[in-house]
Amino acid sequence: MSNALDEIVTLIAPHNRKGVAVTASSTFATDLEWDSLTVMDFVAEMEDHFDIIIPLNLLPDLETVGQVADAVNQLIEKKNG
Amino acid sequence: MADLFDKFDPMIRAREALGFVDSSPIDVVMEQIISPTEAVIKGKRTILAGTNNYLGLTFDPRCIKAAHEALDAAGTGTTGSRVLNGTYTGHKALEAAIARLYGAEHCMVFSTGFLANIASIGTIAGKDDVIVIDADSHASIYDACKMSDATIVRFKHNDPDDLDKRLRRLGTDANVLIVIEGLYSMLGDKAPMKELVEVKNRHGAALMVDEAHSLGVFGETGCGVVQEAGVMHDVEFVVGTFSKSVGTIGGYCVSNHPKFEILRLAARPYMFTASLPPSVVASALKAVEILGSEPQHREKLWRNARQLHEGLTSAGFNLGAAPSPVVAVKIDDRDMAVRLWEQLLNNGVYVNLAMPPATPQGLNLLRCSLSAAHTEEQVRTIVDTFERLARSNSVLSQPAA
Repeated sequence: MSNALDEIVTLIAPHNRKGVAVTASSTFATDLEWDSLTVMDFVAEMEDHFDIIIPLNLLPDLETVGQVADAVNQLIEKKNG
Repeated sequence: MADLFDKFDPMIRAREALGFVDSSPIDVVMEQIISPTEAVIKGKRTILAGTNNYLGLTFDPRCIKAAHEALDAAGTGTTGSRVLNGTYTGHKALEAAIARLYGAEHCMVFSTGFLANIASIGTIAGKDDVIVIDADSHASIYDACKMSDATIVRFKHNDPDDLDKRLRRLGTDANVLIVIEGLYSMLGDKAPMKELVEVKNRHGAALMVDEAHSLGVFGETGCGVVQEAGVMHDVEFVVGTFSKSVGTIGGYCVSNHPKFEILRLAARPYMFTASLPPSVVASALKAVEILGSEPQHREKLWRNARQLHEGLTSAGFNLGAAPSPVVAVKIDDRDMAVRLWEQLLNNGVYVNLAMPPATPQGLNLLRCSLSAAHTEEQVRTIVDTFERLARSNSVLSQPAA
């Protein structure tokens, strides 16, 4: 089982304009105050970092950093078969 | 129970924070339309520099005559869907004319350009398919994706290498529909069409190009960027609108796919809405004939576009892209963009105020669009007004040479 959480937290850091403490329960919309475009650009960054495809269809269900990490872990496992 | 509208509170607050004094974009009323390039707004004669009326055909006597005749002959509306009572001779003639313009086998006409995208993208790509869209795609493309059951992937704007990378990651199992635009409406930047087509061909995907802002603007007979790039027959689907160069309302999709016509039964936004009124169809048909056979409007449009681009560049403005009929002036400060927009209007120049999230990269834009109907004098007035107001607001610091 891979664990993407730490890496995602690191990737968030440069975009964390509010300087909030990022944990698995942090939300993108409320805690980080990211708009939908920022979220989609960040998805692209994670895709390149983990070499996976994160379909935009998943986004409505991904509100917290932890939920994103779980989704990314699953996508990595799926890729590695 | 909470109010259903509570969710809009952040949007209401954001709008209030914009600080419009006299008028805001959604309050602008065109009290009298004088010509394709002039209207009376708040009692003042105003140059229209943000209407997407690229060829200036809204007042072409031939289009107006055709619309009048159709109105008299066939009435004010069809009151029905294309698949019920809403297909008249005119609808078929318009589809045939657009198919002929593109040298394509099939064309479907829709009631708006927005619906053309919703219907074609949302229907062609289904549950087991993948739609890959440019990150800067128009809202109608994003909404089409939302309505589709397909998997949605986004690639970096106008970046063939990024598209290639994402298609490689997707593998070869799924059917892929790539959706891009010919000319992007906010910054006025053009797709690197040849390079994107090359990537598309390498991966065996299908490509749809939205030529909403490029029909009538690019290419020998005005088909758009696909024609200018010489890849028209490498593109599986072209969609577009009649609400810009064609000067009325409606949308279309052309294709050579042998099974294309089944969309008339599969595309719900085609079936479950009333078809275009006869007068709209008639003026669209006339305008499509004009844009295909009279390159002089296109040439005039480009002269105007270059004049505005050069004028604003030498005044010191930071523009969104190379010259095109969409000229976007970047204003760093949001409040200044609002103030300049309002002052431009008060000084007789109407442009579009565009802000995030409708714009890429968080940009605030005073977006101009040119028309073939603008005179050299009008374009000079637009430049002068921009320059004068930007200097008086210290947006441009250098004194005029």
